[in-house]
Amino acid sequence: MYDAGKVIVGLLVFLCLITFPVWYNVGSGKGDFKPDLQLGTQEKECVAPKLQIRASHMQLLDTWRDTVVREGPRLYRTWNGKTFEMSLTKTCLRCHSKKEKFCDECHSYAGVEPNCWNCHVIPKETQ
Amino acid sequence: MIEKALVGSRRYWGWVALLLVLMGIGFLFYLRQLSYGLGITGMSRDVSWGLYIAQFTFLVGVAASAVMLVLPYYLHNYKVFGRITILGEFLAVASVLMCLTFIIVDLGRPDRAFNVLLYPSPNSILFWDMIVLNGYLFLNILVGWTVLGAERKGVKPPKWVKPFIYISIPWAISIHTVTAFIYAGLPGRSFWLTAIMAPRFLSSAFASGPALLILACFILRKFTRFDPGREAIQTLAKIVTYAMAISIFFVLMELFTAFYSKVPEHVYHFKYLFVGLDGHTTLVPWWWAFMVLSVLSLILLFNPKTRNNDAILGVACAAVFISLWIEKGLGLVVTGFIPNPLDRVFEYSPTWPEVLITLGVWSMGFLVMTILYKVAVSVKEEGAGEAAH
Amino acid sequence: MMESSRRNFLKIAGLSVLGIGSGAVVGSRARGASKAFSPNPEALTAKRWAMVVDLRAGCPDGCKECIEVCHRIHNVPKIDNPKEEVKWIWTDFYEHAFPGMESRYTEEFVEEALQGSPVILLCNHCDNPPCVRVCPTKATFRRKDGIVMMDYHRCIGCRFCMAGCPFGARSLNWTDPRRYLKPEEVTPDYPTRTRGVVEKCNFCAERLAVGKIPACVEICRKVAEKAGTEPVLHFGDVEDADSEVREMIRAHHTIRRKSHLGTMPQVYYIL
Repeated sequence: MYDAGKVIVGLLVFLCLITFPVWYNVGSGKGDFKPDLQLGTQEKECVAPKLQIRASHMQLLDTWRDTVVREGPRLYRTWNGKTFEMSLTKTCLRCHSKKEKFCDECHSYAGVEPNCWNCHVIPKETQ
Repeated sequence: MIEKALVGSRRYWGWVALLLVLMGIGFLFYLRQLSYGLGITGMSRDVSWGLYIAQFTFLVGVAASAVMLVLPYYLHNYKVFGRITILGEFLAVASVLMCLTFIIVDLGRPDRAFNVLLYPSPNSILFWDMIVLNGYLFLNILVGWTVLGAERKGVKPPKWVKPFIYISIPWAISIHTVTAFIYAGLPGRSFWLTAIMAPRFLSSAFASGPALLILACFILRKFTRFDPGREAIQTLAKIVTYAMAISIFFVLMELFTAFYSKVPEHVYHFKYLFVGLDGHTTLVPWWWAFMVLSVLSLILLFNPKTRNNDAILGVACAAVFISLWIEKGLGLVVTGFIPNPLDRVFEYSPTWPEVLITLGVWSMGFLVMTILYKVAVSVKEEGAGEAAH
Repeated sequence: MMESSRRNFLKIAGLSVLGIGSGAVVGSRARGASKAFSPNPEALTAKRWAMVVDLRAGCPDGCKECIEVCHRIHNVPKIDNPKEEVKWIWTDFYEHAFPGMESRYTEEFVEEALQGSPVILLCNHCDNPPCVRVCPTKATFRRKDGIVMMDYHRCIGCRFCMAGCPFGARSLNWTDPRRYLKPEEVTPDYPTRTRGVVEKCNFCAERLAVGKIPACVEICRKVAEKAGTEPVLHFGDVEDADSEVREMIRAHHTIRRKSHLGTMPQVYYIL
């Protein structure tokens, strides 16, 4: 390999740079940061089991969205027979009334920016 | 081969730098358009397509430069075009790239552009336009690059490329036809609702593409050692002549149908172009410029004495190019919206950011064309040099 | 696309239920899908929604309140610049609502019939809608009950539909509409739009889904009742031979905007 020394040094510098955020967080004591979620409700049950909601609430919301807008049905029957209106603001946010401490807390931790709120209006009591 | 574009004279680099600066300016304004929205342009609820879609429509035509060389060269073995066929193909690559960019630039939500693929809708002409334009881009890059690569090595082009060359001929017809169908199938827009829309697109394409190609040949001949050949240019000039004549003939057909039938919704749009409507006259000077330039170009092109004079031929080709830019671009697209469906006149004129973004896209196209031409000409100069030894 | 995401979701639902061991028995996926979604039992349904505009009735307030209510509940921004205006329902004069039908000899009749009031205009929810035909993403589509809907999640803002619509019923959001909506005036139950998408009247699909008639028709009735006049707007199932709208169409000669274009508008005007 030509210029082996330079290449290896270059690779090392590159590795340091791209892993910098990790070292920075560890160094500043944020290494074990976990989002602190506040449910904002006394309700015990969601529209699907907790693990499922956690893993795939985005698919659920997409399905709700397409069903309501494109096919018409507005009601959703859960696995245990309860019925909810398929509505992000009227159903989800009614319970998860602390959007910032629930949705945003986890979304910013995971580094995702859902664009729901560009159009959907956050209810006043939620803000 | 691309390395040939990385060495050049100061003039070459100056030109590249100028294009990069213009692209940069356009890009900055495009960023503003992305964050603010299309409200940054002069378009409106009533004239909902403007300069961007006008450029797209016109540039689909310019892409015809390729087929007008490929067809005689490969189908009729017209050897004279051998030296410049690659230039036609590379000009088509640059034009189609600009077309696609103008469509993206015109979208209200470019971040969702892939919805066209995620939810394919064959009932929409835009869906087919996406297919034919991308296909034509692919064909011309593939054919142009492969044939040029073979020429550089001094061998015959590989056999597998032949089918792509033959497919590219009807494919070229499809890009003009499908683009015309975007307009010609709309029930409420009488200005566009005409069965000769596709023939009009084809005829003006066969004039504007080769006209720009002739100008490009003149420039190459002046600044490089590459000579496209006098006969090639003269044949191209004849193609431009007849295509332009047919193109103008088609416009006259539209005028007859509108003004003799006197159906109001057909008359209004042309009236707007010729004399203005309800005191609104923004496009009138442009339309008269089109008529003057097109007649001038026809006179210069039909007369063999003027056509054979390279300087005058250059003027004639510039006149063809500019007049068709007005006719296919502004004239065709904007006028379709004036008057609006409620018989009210809302005019359109582009804003500065819109003009600068447009200029940026053109610069991008010219940059691509410059790089591709640099490669092609370098290969050809090399070949000529070797032949001389 | 949608089908697959739904299937995935139901699959995940089934798996996680089993995984948790709640003991609930999940049916087949197909049965799960048909069970999971249902319309609101109060929803108003029709084979073919249509509107009849009885211009003879004459609106006492020149349709102001009706436009105001529609635009408020749907968060349609008020933009003074006519170039960027967004409108779902609006008015214009007879010769602009029905271009080509005016003549100096019929002017008197029109004036007498309309008493100077303009004509109310909205999306015609065509049976043969060019906007749906030209849309490259199916962001605009025709529902089985005839409503021409917009899916604002999917629109790419190409504006082909605006070129296709012969009635000027569509508006693009040339910039973020929230610039023009005061936060305290926003109706929280209905979304706003983002910049770069096209929008238009949806025949109040969101109200029909919960058993309410379109807002414009409802307010029109109220305004007429207050003034002691007849309402201008009537709404119903035109396929139902006994419906009010069908009855009106049977009893009167109705006209539709640019019916010669073959888009089959479903807003009928009585003059």
